[in-house]
Formats: sequence, structure tokens, C-alpha cells
Amino acid sequence: MQTNFTHHQSAHCENGVASNLLKNNGLNISEPMVFGIGSGLFFVYLPFIKVNHAPAISYRTLPGQIFNKLASRLNLKIKRQKFSSTTNANKALDENLKNNIPTGLQVGVYHLSYFPDEYRFHFNAHNLVVYGKTETDYLVSDPVMETVTTLTHDELDKVRFAKGAFAPRGQMYYPINIPQTVDLKSAIIKGIKNTCRDMLAPMPIIGVRGIRFVSKQIRKWPVKHGTKKANHYLAQMVRMQEEIGTGGGGFRFIYAAFLQEASVILGNEELKVLSKEMTQIGDSWRDFAVEASRIYKNRSAKEDAYNTIADELLDIANREEIFFKKLKKAIS
Amino acid sequence: MEKENVPQDKGNLTKNNLKELLYATDENGDYTTTLSSGWEPKTIALSNSIDDINERIADAKQQVVSGEVSPICYYMEVNKMDLTILASYVGLWKWRVKRHFKPNIFAKLNDKTLQKYADAFEISVQELKNIKTD
Repeated sequence: MQTNFTHHQSAHCENGVASNLLKNNGLNISEPMVFGIGSGLFFVYLPFIKVNHAPAISYRTLPGQIFNKLASRLNLKIKRQKFSSTTNANKALDENLKNNIPTGLQVGVYHLSYFPDEYRFHFNAHNLVVYGKTETDYLVSDPVMETVTTLTHDELDKVRFAKGAFAPRGQMYYPINIPQTVDLKSAIIKGIKNTCRDMLAPMPIIGVRGIRFVSKQIRKWPVKHGTKKANHYLAQMVRMQEEIGTGGGGFRFIYAAFLQEASVILGNEELKVLSKEMTQIGDSWRDFAVEASRIYKNRSAKEDAYNTIADELLDIANREEIFFKKLKKAIS
Repeated sequence: MEKENVPQDKGNLTKNNLKELLYATDENGDYTTTLSSGWEPKTIALSNSIDDINERIADAKQQVVSGEVSPICYYMEVNKMDLTILASYVGLWKWRVKRHFKPNIFAKLNDKTLQKYADAFEISVQELKNIKTD
């Protein structure tokens, strides 16, 4: 059993699944558009939550939010279901495939057999599309992969019912109603406003203030935790920023691509200028990653090196503050 | 980032022949997508994590051998889990799992509980009880 579905590779899994499912339903929307309208860009620092034994840092909003915001801003209806048993979860998925509905799934990464071993961590907010089923396998379109792939029935059960933080509990989702015409313009403006509000939020751990906070913490890491732990923290931060799925530079390049597309749709030249500025900020994030990697590569962190990258991060925070203030003005 | 500057370093993806998609600008400054095989700062960050995990596994093994902790601790590290994740896989309270880290408590566990751990680690109860020492 196989539904009609075209696979497109994307940088980030959730945008990619959203974009692929919508394209499949006749709404041609790019990955950056999904990310921008869904206000995916974010920054949050949660020192009290540990991921892989290091403080949690995220460059994006919570799983599921991008697609949900996109849906409400474009008046799409998305159906989401969670399950308590694997049997019911499989039944619902098979039913969908029978009705020619490719279905998005939230899954855990750890049991994804087609990922390289090094990438298999207990991370539960990955997304993929199942578009068909054979006797032994499910046909899988994982948007971060170049081509389609498969998982055995058993493997799919495992990834759908992975445990831990953000446990997917078999979650599946698919669009059930897409209007004939969508109002991209107002959706784009809502999306941008939301992102500006997030990034300029008056909270110490969120947005540009969050970046500043991390910069302040980094200076203390080697003294407070010792070199080894500080290096580990730094490596984890770079992974969150650059690992598969971010499109590079902690999602800044995807966002710049979105601004460029938005400037054409809205006929707003200012956004094009801002897109270029965002690209430069993204480049600075990449430079930060290079400098950070020098530290954890040598494993001989001088306190000074930590201060240097903290300064770099502070500079990024300052530039982003100015940037998002300008962006807010540009669309009002 | 310009398209021609997108790094094509050898990375952890290379050996599985995977490439990831990145957004970069073309010669006119317009955005486009391009594939990258890897980037050194990232590769080092990842191998840094892998080293960290291997060190944790080795430490845990040492502690099991010297009788400080139960094999559950060791297998937890092997499976890249922490206390929270393991507790949720076996469906027990965290404080109970923590208690099972003690060798004398572990020795008294019934088969049903042992089976839960064995399932979570995808091994047999026999393997759970006797870790391989080389």
C-alpha cells in the first residue's frame, strides 16, 4: 500500500514535514516560509534542565509549535492524535494510508536505524512522514535525508513510543482542510511580529537577553565547573546550534531566506536589506562555533579563551537586539 | 554564508554517505539550498560528546566490577540514557531506579523487575546480571 507522495529534502525536520505535507496537498509553500510564518526562530537557555549532561539551550520553539502556528495563521486544519497503545496507533496509521493520506509522525531518534550511530541520541522531537506500508516495512520520508527510506514495523513502533522528555506517545498529524486561497501577507506579518516579540522578550533566559545571559555564564564555566565540564558544555552548545536540522548558524540562515522570500511577497525592500543583515549575523554565529571548537579541540582552556568567545556572543546579542527592533519597525 | 563557502569537510555523516541541507546565498546574494558533507567544528563537538559517553561507560564498568554500583548503571550509560530517561522506559519512579543502582538491592530484585530493565536495554536478564569484563 502506497500513497502519492513526493519527498523533498529539507534542513529542519518539522518545517520539512509541514512543507512536504502541504505541498502534497496542493499548497506550495517553502521550508523557510513555514519556519518564518510559524515563528520558529527563538533562543532559550535552561540551565536547570540538563540535556546530555549539559545545560539545555534551544535555538527554536517547542516541538509542534511551528506547524500549529502556521496552521492557525493560514487557516489550515491539522488533525493531531496521540495514543496509549501501539495497536491503536498502528490501526490509525494504517487506516490513513488506506485512505491515501501521507501522515506526519513525531518520533524518537534513538531507534532510527537509518541514522549513523553517532547521531542516535534520546531526542524525541524528530518528525517524519510515513507514506506507505509493505508486508515488513513502513515507507518513510525523513525530511533531513536525501532520499526516502524504510523502517520495519517493529522499529516504527519503537520510535513512535520512545520514552523520556517530549515522549511522542505515537503522535500523528495530517492536514484535513486546506482553503483554496491563503492570505500569505497577513500570515507573514503575524509570524514576524511574533518572532520579534519572542526575541525581545523582557525575560532573562529568552531571546537576546538569553544570549547575553549565556555569554555571562560562559565566562564563569571554566572556574565554576573545571575545564573538562566547561568544554563539554561548550561542545553541546555548538551541537545545538549547528547540528543537522538547523540549516546552519542556529536557524539564522533559514530565517534570512524567509525574509528574502517575504520581501518579494510583501513588496517590502526593507526586508531584503534585513535579510542580508541576518545572513551576516548567521555568519557570526558560525565564527562563534569555530572559535568555540578551537577551545574544546585543544582541551587546554585558558580562562582568556572563554572570555573571547563570551565577547563574541555578547556582540551577537547586541546586534540581534538592534536587528529585531528594526525588523519590528519594517513591518509596522 | 555564500554557497561556495559551504564546508565540505569529512564528518560523521560521510561514512553513511549522507549529506545535510544548508541555506546559503548564490553569486547574486539570493538564497538557495545546497548540500554539505560536514563541518569540522561540528564533527569535533560530536566526537567530544562520544568521548564523554565512552568515558562514562568505562567509569561505570569499573564501578560495577569494584562492586560500587549495579550493572543497571553500566547499561544505562551504554544506552546513552540518564536516570530520567531510564525511569520512563522501565515505568518506575526515579527514586526506585536510583535504589536499584545499589548492588545489594539489585541482587534481591525479582525476575519481573529485572525483565523490565532487560527490555529497556534490549538484552536478556542473563546479560543484565553478568556484564562482560575483558
